[in-house]
Amino acid sequence: MSLAQQFRTGDTPLPDIIILTHKLARAYDMGGEVVRALRGVSLQIRRNEYVAIMGPSGSGKSTLMNLIGCLDTPTGGEYWLNGQKVSDLGDDALARIRNKEIGFVFQTFNLLPRATALHNVELPLIYAGLGAKERRAQAAQALERVGLGDRMEHRPNELSGGQRQRVAIARALVNDPSILLADEPTGNLDSATSGEIMEVFGALHRQGQTVVMVTHEHDIAAHAARVVTLRDGLVATDQRQAA
Amino acid sequence: MAFLEAVRLALQTLRAQKLKSGFSLIGVFIGVAFFIGAWSITNGINVYMTEKFAGTIIGVNTFHLRRRPNFTPNVSDSMWRAWARRPRITFGDAEAVAAGLTVPVLSAWQSSDNVTIEANGKQVRDADVTGATERYFEIKNLPIAQGRAFSAQEARSGVPVVVIGSEVADKLFAGRDPIGKSVRIGGKPYRVIGVVEPQGKLFGFSLDRFAVAPALSPVQDLVNPPGVVDALIVKAGSVAQMRDAMAEAEGIMRSRRHLRPRQDNNFVLETSEGVLEFWGGIQRILFVFGPALVSISLVVGGIVIMNIMLMAVAERTREIGLRKSLGARRRDIMRQFLAESVTLAGLGGALGVVTGVLLTFALKAVSPLPTTLSGVSIVLGLMLGGLTGIVAGVYPASRAARLDPIVALRQE
Ligand SMILES: Nc1ncnc2c1ncn2[C@@H]1O[C@H](COP(=O)(O)OP(=O)(O)OP(=O)(O)O)[C@@H](O)[C@H]1O
Ligand SMILES: [Mg+2]
Repeated sequence: MSLAQQFRTGDTPLPDIIILTHKLARAYDMGGEVVRALRGVSLQIRRNEYVAIMGPSGSGKSTLMNLIGCLDTPTGGEYWLNGQKVSDLGDDALARIRNKEIGFVFQTFNLLPRATALHNVELPLIYAGLGAKERRAQAAQALERVGLGDRMEHRPNELSGGQRQRVAIARALVNDPSILLADEPTGNLDSATSGEIMEVFGALHRQGQTVVMVTHEHDIAAHAARVVTLRDGLVATDQRQAA
Repeated sequence: MAFLEAVRLALQTLRAQKLKSGFSLIGVFIGVAFFIGAWSITNGINVYMTEKFAGTIIGVNTFHLRRRPNFTPNVSDSMWRAWARRPRITFGDAEAVAAGLTVPVLSAWQSSDNVTIEANGKQVRDADVTGATERYFEIKNLPIAQGRAFSAQEARSGVPVVVIGSEVADKLFAGRDPIGKSVRIGGKPYRVIGVVEPQGKLFGFSLDRFAVAPALSPVQDLVNPPGVVDALIVKAGSVAQMRDAMAEAEGIMRSRRHLRPRQDNNFVLETSEGVLEFWGGIQRILFVFGPALVSISLVVGGIVIMNIMLMAVAERTREIGLRKSLGARRRDIMRQFLAESVTLAGLGGALGVVTGVLLTFALKAVSPLPTTLSGVSIVLGLMLGGLTGIVAGVYPASRAARLDPIVALRQE
């Protein structure tokens, strides 16, 4: 089973490969002792794929997601996003990429508690430099896409857990990112609500969105078309499955 | 992210944390209020001293020939004793100087003391009673409201007539016309021939409790030994002419007193400069302590704001991490927190300006100080407040900007 081109250092990814990691490594220096969270992860993800990343606790899933999301920089290897090598970009350039190319959904939602749903969704657009009117219109549209058109003026504490996560998804989508990343998006939700969120993800995928998510649960991973398993900072298995 | 956006965000945050924000404003508020208030007061005193105090005590372009200075703050005992041994200014001195000056000037004799004035069984105690020559009213700028001043002839012949201040007129005659009436000064009768226009107050003391009689009238016995005056007062048309006249007067007096070149003057030529020098000294003190007090409150205010901002950065670490994860660059975060501290300090400064302005008007209303508000002080006050905000905000803001997004997001 060959999902990928044979990539060597110095190559450029094929055009439809949206995410390519090559021997990606991340080590933490803990005062002399080095923790190697990722030990050389090579992974290629095509446009409009729906990938679930699984693996035991401490295997490096979140570390990988943070690198893919440009929140962190690797200590070794290469990372190409959308044809651009981002593994050696500086702080501000990474901020640009986070703003334009990436939509991140967190396990704990990470909404601003005092801001309305609409304002929370507007945040990425503020840093994209859009005017207030345009921001509001796009944020409202994103909230409608996740079925929250009637909750725009609600604050997070006036929303259910599932609704909060949908606000976070709208915020991740509002900049029309190349990839939607989610680190255990249903980790704080009951199973019924988890199902709703998975429906939203499925719909987005059908509309052409590339989705990568981390999960512990097999029935959540079952929604994805491909499952990558990590073990001790390395890819253990990488399988396509029927959706 | 535009700066206005940052200010809007700052105002939102401040509104959400009213108490803490209010507390953090106090330092800057006090600093700026004090700055404006002190500026207005200094300005007011300045106007007061230069225009009114110096003008009233000595007069504009005027010098007094005296045995010793009249306005004497901080004089040592030995100095006093030396002054007391000096010869007095005699009629002869005054006449010789007045006659010897070639510069066009006005001059008058003046001798004063505090004496009780009586009429109709009523009294004005401790009135300022002066024996003077006819030019006195012109030099002292005392316009006659009613009646007339005395003439040169009356001054020389010593007719017992008197020109009184408006307060004396009101107290003794209670609304009736005083002209032609008799008053008793030191037990002797004088006929009132004029009343001077009201002069107002100086440091709360009435400038209208006085009477002026001809120098050679019986009033001379009350105010000085025979043949002696307190001062010859000389008014010139300009500062330059005053200087020339002073030089001439000095020469005349030195030769009359047979002073050798090495000997010091045993008389003084006093101008309003002495008064203003005294004020200058006070002003120098104000210029040291005023800014010191302002800077102390601003520094304290700045430290408070810096602490509040550091607390805000610590409390909102997750928010900062989130904003960074959504694409905020370092400068966006920097700007957000700087805007917050500048808004805080600016608000404190604005409140300080309002208070300073109110203070200025309140002082003007209840005290004799003509405090004057200056636009410069308002602008400077606001700038000082804003500057405090920037200085206080830089460190917390850069700390926020340098936060690592993952570390920040992970914080509880
Ligand atoms: N900031 C850090 N400093 C030091 N070590 C770290 C840091 N972050 C992660 N690690 C270590 O890296 C390894 C991988 O962590 P990571 O969070 O990626 O695991 P995970 O697969 O997401 O686990 P979980 O399923 O529990 O979320 C762990 O051993 C962890 O202790
Ligand atoms: Mg994890």
